[in-house]
Amino acid sequence: MTTTSLTQSRGAGRAGDKVFSGAALAAGCLILAVLFGVALFLVIQAIPALVASPDQIQGGEGFFAYIWPIVIGTLIAAVIALVIATPVAIGVALFISHFAPRGLASGLGYVIDLLAAIPSVVYGAWGAAFLAKEISPAYDWLANNMGWLPIFQGPASATGKTILTAGIVLSVMVLPIITSLSREIFLQTPKLHEEAALALGATRWEMIKMAVLPFGRPGIISAVMLGLGRALGETMAVALVLSSGALTASLIQSGNQTIAAEIALNFPEASGLKVSTLIAAGLVLFVITLGVNMIARWIISRHKEFSGAN
Amino acid sequence: MTSTLTPVRKRSALTKGQLPKYAPYVVLGLALVIGAAILALIGFNAFGWGIVSAILFTVGLVGWSAAAEGGRKAKDKLATCLVVGSFLVALLPLISVIWTVLVNGLPGLLDPGFLTTSMNGVTGAFDNKSVEEGAPVIGGIYHALLGTIQITLLATAISVPVGLLTAVYLVEYGEDRPLARAITFFVDVMTGIPSIVAGLFAAAFFFAVVGPGTKTGAVAAVALSVLMIPVVVRSSEEMLKIVPNELREAAYALGVRKWRTILKVVIPTAISGIASGVTLAIARVIGETAPILVTAGFATNINSNVFSGWMASLPTFIYTQILNPTSPSNPDPSSQRAWGAALVLIILVMLLNLGARLIARMFAPKTGR
Repeated sequence: MTTTSLTQSRGAGRAGDKVFSGAALAAGCLILAVLFGVALFLVIQAIPALVASPDQIQGGEGFFAYIWPIVIGTLIAAVIALVIATPVAIGVALFISHFAPRGLASGLGYVIDLLAAIPSVVYGAWGAAFLAKEISPAYDWLANNMGWLPIFQGPASATGKTILTAGIVLSVMVLPIITSLSREIFLQTPKLHEEAALALGATRWEMIKMAVLPFGRPGIISAVMLGLGRALGETMAVALVLSSGALTASLIQSGNQTIAAEIALNFPEASGLKVSTLIAAGLVLFVITLGVNMIARWIISRHKEFSGAN
Repeated sequence: MTSTLTPVRKRSALTKGQLPKYAPYVVLGLALVIGAAILALIGFNAFGWGIVSAILFTVGLVGWSAAAEGGRKAKDKLATCLVVGSFLVALLPLISVIWTVLVNGLPGLLDPGFLTTSMNGVTGAFDNKSVEEGAPVIGGIYHALLGTIQITLLATAISVPVGLLTAVYLVEYGEDRPLARAITFFVDVMTGIPSIVAGLFAAAFFFAVVGPGTKTGAVAAVALSVLMIPVVVRSSEEMLKIVPNELREAAYALGVRKWRTILKVVIPTAISGIASGVTLAIARVIGETAPILVTAGFATNINSNVFSGWMASLPTFIYTQILNPTSPSNPDPSSQRAWGAALVLIILVMLLNLGARLIARMFAPKTGR
């Protein structure tokens, strides 16, 4: 019985080996094909908008005039998110890796990971219903006292649904990404470096400044870049929070728009050339985020010792 | 020299010039009291009290430390305060979001029929009546729940085989070949694809292949798979890597073929990690809104066929109820339904996360001997 099944399985086994390794290879190639397909199909569907005569595009001045204000709006929202999230995220990562009691650290890390688990549409609803209302008095204050700065020019939006609110919501969403990557890198700091610094009489902060931060700098940079990629592509928070409009310099008035929100708001009802225009906008977003992510991954892969950061 | 026999309680030279142990508590108490006093002058609220007290605490402790211990220690105290403060700041939105969803979502969730009825036939007239005459809010999320489950299941059915096989290729067959390196790199890059671009890709693909305007649950499932596959690949790859090589070699030594070794030895050893990774990936995509919005549209009726017709899902339900209330003049019933759905969605995601942790812990991989 055993012998027959052994001899039988020999032929089947060889074929099985071929089939299985072939399937594994095919799955790997499928992933490359999908990424390629994302680019290809976006380009195919976007071409009508790119070659259409300017007066047919929304706004009547061609695709470029349509896309650049929302590209700038996307960048503004992402930059606000990073300016707020980066220092807080590094602080939180340091807290978990070097300040919190050992026993608590992993539990606290899980709490921060919960921030990443909350769906983006819930953040959007929270930002629109709670944060915007609570924060609008602060915008009034900014408009009255810092109005001489173009970015705080009044009159402040009464509803609080501004690009600054959207940026704050985005910062909450990218915070867990930057935190978890930085935390991994801080934990990989060579123990000997830290102990050498402490043995020379450094305080904890001096040890972090001399040993942990220099070691983690490339990792922090790439973590921030990955956060940037997320902030650029985040849709729902902006679509629900921002009352959109033309490009404005003031962060506390309603106005501005991001690519992702523009697509989400208009795509369900779009038809014909409008679909192509929105897909072309998606292509622009894809290219921007792809560039940002590839730079971030390249920085990580240059420092192989951070491989745990992925 | 007799003094050594009768121990005198005095601070040793080593701890001289240090703040006493109770210093932070004293400063904290003072900061809270003074903060409350300041807030009482300009109108009390708990949030402002916390902020003012935190600033007073930092200033007080760092100032005292600078006076008693010198600049270096004071800087260390300042850094500690900032780091702990940033952690507390990061907790604020988490607590606020969960609290907001709980408070606003419970009335909707406790509404009879919320989980068992759809929005089919629920018009603004009913909502107006419920606001003006106090009639119960009708309409529910059954169709959205059903849609979410169908779309997510189909996406899982697509992503798990592809993701798992890719991970097997990378770990068992890749051997650092250029192709394996390229796949690893592009899987990482794929993790960063904005969710709406994944949705647009699926839409563009089906527009080109099936016909313009094709919007079904299956298109949404393809979009979600694009987001899910890289997560599955990464987590399965990590899990397959920690399977000890001795197990593989023992199987080879017994004359077992490679594919049977992988199916019968490697994957069963790592199955708990793989399962928990898949659960986390499901938790990630179940809350995605944008890709479903552009691929499945939004429906108000129950649609049990993923391959035809628009399909509702929980995230798009929340989104449309907030942005386009059923009754534009009385948006309250709509927002009550939206928050109820948000609460259901958060509970689902939290359960999935918890489930992933439990799976990982209960069936921990049997490494070593």
